[in-house]
Amino acid sequence: MVIKKPNAPKASEITPEETFLNRRNFIRAGVLAGTTLATAGVYRFINAPAPPEVETAQIPNIENKNVFTVDEQMTSFRDITNYNNFYEFSTGKTSVAAKARDFNVRPWTIEVGGLVQKPKTFDIEEILKFPQEERIYRFRCVEAWSMVIPWVGFPLKTLLDKVEPTGAAKYVAFETVYDAKQMQSSFSAGIDFPYVEGLRLDEAMHPLTILATGLYGKLMPNQNGAPIRLVVPWKYGFKSIKSIVKITLTDRVPTTTWNIANGREYGFYSNVNPNVRHPRWSQATENRIGELSRRETLMFNGYADQVASLYEGMDLKKNF
Amino acid sequence: MEDIKFNKVVIFINSLVPLALLVWDAARGNLGANPIEFFLRTTGVLTLVFLLVTLTITPLRKYTGWNNLVKFRRMLGLYAFLYAFLHFITYIGFDRSLNFSSTIQDIVQRPFIAVGMAAFFLMIPLAVTSTNGMIKRLGGKNWQKLHRLSYPIAVGGVVHFYMIVKSDTTYPLLFGLILAGLLYYRFHAANEKTRQTLAANVKK
Repeated sequence: MVIKKPNAPKASEITPEETFLNRRNFIRAGVLAGTTLATAGVYRFINAPAPPEVETAQIPNIENKNVFTVDEQMTSFRDITNYNNFYEFSTGKTSVAAKARDFNVRPWTIEVGGLVQKPKTFDIEEILKFPQEERIYRFRCVEAWSMVIPWVGFPLKTLLDKVEPTGAAKYVAFETVYDAKQMQSSFSAGIDFPYVEGLRLDEAMHPLTILATGLYGKLMPNQNGAPIRLVVPWKYGFKSIKSIVKITLTDRVPTTTWNIANGREYGFYSNVNPNVRHPRWSQATENRIGELSRRETLMFNGYADQVASLYEGMDLKKNF
Repeated sequence: MEDIKFNKVVIFINSLVPLALLVWDAARGNLGANPIEFFLRTTGVLTLVFLLVTLTITPLRKYTGWNNLVKFRRMLGLYAFLYAFLHFITYIGFDRSLNFSSTIQDIVQRPFIAVGMAAFFLMIPLAVTSTNGMIKRLGGKNWQKLHRLSYPIAVGGVVHFYMIVKSDTTYPLLFGLILAGLLYYRFHAANEKTRQTLAANVKK
């Protein structure tokens, strides 16, 4: 076999040093820019920006504006609708809005029964014809953040009076819809579904306790518990159960989701109480959404004058 | 190899990208409804990512034979410290409003704070002794012994993450699983070494 001596490259074919270095620098600049963009892309993918707001219909004839209000700045609609705990959709508070976007809340009925004279299944359209009023309430999450939210709704008592609870009824149990097809929560949410909550009957009948059908004058956004949710302003937010399909009057203490998941940390009452600390969130202060410094947490979330009498003589450290 | 210098630049810039985006978003008010919580969570997760990447260098080096990987380890470790430091000062500055007694009270009352704090303080001697001068002064063996602290630090960090999560433990468990793999490798490698030494002694 003849092996040809390789031809030495002509002098004209040799890349001049300057060009060689330029080319190498060019490639390096490309690698640097490419990896940097890729890293930024991964960061943006993980921390997706808030989705565009979904417009819901205006609620007509809202009554009693400025009756139940607080002298504090309201949290923005954007923050209220992009920072949600709704584990059926996601355990990430900033992911719920996007995941609940296509949640279909019509048709919708609420079955009200148990220890009542006149059990009845209400259609949401019927409920929306009840007189609706505005209630501007503080909202305090057990995770030590808080908001001020202009809810629209009506006292829970209005609904309960229609079914006439019997003398034996002592508690009210609530249940959230669970539709695995529409609510693709991670299998690892760590709590059982459907989500259940409960109140003592006198708490449920209290004038501050409402069923909310909207906020900021519009029908409830999906991520906030459409089409109807409970709001109990003196209790931690997880008591204010979302997207209700069932209400049962009972003579036993209802089981409640977070209490089942971790009874040491979440009691049945779960009243906002700066003196009962939680192993993960110091409940003495709170982070008001929209503010950078922390606020002192108020006893019963600032509603002590109205509700403290409900718990007279009770040891609130034991009944937390 | 001159490429190491360039690769260092690539890693340096890429490791800064999350911080740059955090600062950019913060300046434009784009950190979401709860910017402090977001900043805390992101710097915390980044600390864990850099800690685990740092601990992956040695097994990866053994596996690929690319010994130069070790040259990037110091920088990655220091980035873990940088993000941990940002995490720490955000907690002290915003969550505790720079209040010393409230911080102490918080450490006592909330076990997960105590665990995180301990892990952070253990990182300080490692960051301080990361210079060539300090390696020389300590001697390679002692330096190595000291820097084995990175394992308890990573364990502390992952436990701290697990403890703050309310019920969805997917991410802390994922970090935990990776860390368990790295710890398994570490002990396995150490046992192998002891066995070889023993075998060599027997032959003598």
